[in-house]
Amino acid sequence: MTTVVSLLVVVPLAAVALTLLWRRLWVRRLISLLSSATSFVIALIVLFTVDAGGSVTVAVGGWEAPLGITLVADRFSALMLSVSAAALFGVLAFAVGQRDTDEGFPAFHAVYQALAAGVALAFLTGDLFTLFVAFEIMLTASYVLITHRAGAEQVRATMTYVVVGLVASGLFLLGIGFVYAATGTVNLAELSARMGDIDPAVRTALGWLFFMVFGIKAAIFPLFFWLPDSYPTAVTPVTAIFAGLLTKVGVYAIVRTQTLLFPLEAPSTPILLIAGLTMVVGVLGAISQGDIKRILSFHIVSQIGYMIMGLGFFTVAGIAAAIVFIVHQVIVKTVMFLVGGLVESASGTGRLKEVTGVLHRFPVIALLFLPAALSLAGLPPFSGFVGKLALIQAGFDAGRWMVVGVSLLASLLTLFSMTKIWSAAFWGAPTPNLRRRPSSVMVAATAGLVGLSLLIGLAGQPLIEIATRAASDLLSDSATASGGSA
Amino acid sequence: MKIRSSHFLETGSRTIVPTLLVVSVFLLVVGHNAPGGGFVGGLLAGSGLLVVFLTGGGRAVEDLLPVRPATLIGSGIALAMTTALGGLAFGGSLLSSGKLDIDLGWVGKLEVGSALIFDSGVYLVVTGLVATVLLRLGDTEGARR
Repeated sequence: MTTVVSLLVVVPLAAVALTLLWRRLWVRRLISLLSSATSFVIALIVLFTVDAGGSVTVAVGGWEAPLGITLVADRFSALMLSVSAAALFGVLAFAVGQRDTDEGFPAFHAVYQALAAGVALAFLTGDLFTLFVAFEIMLTASYVLITHRAGAEQVRATMTYVVVGLVASGLFLLGIGFVYAATGTVNLAELSARMGDIDPAVRTALGWLFFMVFGIKAAIFPLFFWLPDSYPTAVTPVTAIFAGLLTKVGVYAIVRTQTLLFPLEAPSTPILLIAGLTMVVGVLGAISQGDIKRILSFHIVSQIGYMIMGLGFFTVAGIAAAIVFIVHQVIVKTVMFLVGGLVESASGTGRLKEVTGVLHRFPVIALLFLPAALSLAGLPPFSGFVGKLALIQAGFDAGRWMVVGVSLLASLLTLFSMTKIWSAAFWGAPTPNLRRRPSSVMVAATAGLVGLSLLIGLAGQPLIEIATRAASDLLSDSATASGGSA
Repeated sequence: MKIRSSHFLETGSRTIVPTLLVVSVFLLVVGHNAPGGGFVGGLLAGSGLLVVFLTGGGRAVEDLLPVRPATLIGSGIALAMTTALGGLAFGGSLLSSGKLDIDLGWVGKLEVGSALIFDSGVYLVVTGLVATVLLRLGDTEGARR
């Protein structure tokens, strides 16, 4: 099993090498698609194995924990790996169908697979420094993807993205230095045992530093300003995978570090406050926009708030709900941007004022938009409902009525924002700019992910069960961490 | 517009560039137990390319490299990945290493580990990356062409 787990990082990296060595585009596409499909299958195998038999630890190079690099696959990381591999594959298929993404950009597949490798490593790593390396692999690849084929205006917008990313990385490195100075290790398992011995004030400070670092990556309030300006400027597949994955890797890191290293005194009012503000500010930002991708970008921010809310309850139910919500969001957010991209590629614009009547001209796009939009708003029987219901139940159990109320309000506003896109772009008489029929591969890729999202909605119960087991793993680890503190 | 380089630099580069390349390989080989390694070696080879670039421009760098920079990077990653998988194939874990001691008489002893192959991969990646940066960002002639 350890071999299989290490393959999750090796396969995409091997694909980077091969796509650079072969010059023919169709060979590159084939290698890239094969790599992503293989990763998805492996991730599913790991998920089922880990769920049945407990977590798997790989000591890379045979060097054991304090010296070497460890990869740890537990339920949480295996779930994230599976869902991210699905999104990566779907978006790649979309990009291949769209053609112009990789035709004008010879290194696209290599950089995309490097991003995939970074994401996989971030989910698997068992120490803080390797987490930093994984983030760097992922972000460096993302800098290349987001600036490719950009005009002067886009480069200006993405500069913010690059600078903010670098600042966050710098703070992250500084934080790792502090942790090492305080405890003498960066291995997560060892850290959780030693964290109890250090001064509680230092520990709290470190906790908030890491919350801020990953908060920048995850785009929580008030550190989200970089996102809505930079994401929409990239080409559709790139925006879609950034929206679906990158911020969620940040949330993953928040959940991982806050449960393992800096356990809260459950439930945490400051975190819930941040969560509530993230939801509301994000959704209000979305309502004021007039471009599909910009609207969706603000929704990314808003939805991150729900995940942070689940963490803030700091109960098994809360964290389990947050995990379910992340899984749902990775797929749905990706789908939303792909649908936005379909509208754009059909009409040449994403501005709501300039396109109407998609429903009549290309009903299939509307058919894909509807379940994803309703799922985003949290209506049954779609996947968003499962996540939100679990979150709200957890909130009631924790007795946090306020933030639950805020989250329901944000959901209502999300629904309003979705109806705004629907009534503006999909209804009405078709505008003449709706000329280009999207390729069937693009539609099929989007439809595949929509299907997966529906599956998550229907298979909500097993998903919640796995997530609950994952959450109790996380919290029992944190119990051992705080055990030494008393 | 061709870059006018100085005679000193051009004459000097004939000595400097081969020296840098040889020393970079030296650093790569001793890197297992002494200061050096693939990354530093690659950077040094890259600085050799930089000198070539300063004297002859992007075309000289292209002429010097036997293959495209992307191929250098690709084969470097492939080499490193092969070593990583080698560890798995010989029953160890990912990236496990083995080594071989070679007695070179008066030159000394050389330890050739699988880590050296991995480092050679790193060397190629870094060199390729420097070459890419020089050709893509530095070559103003190329941009106008």
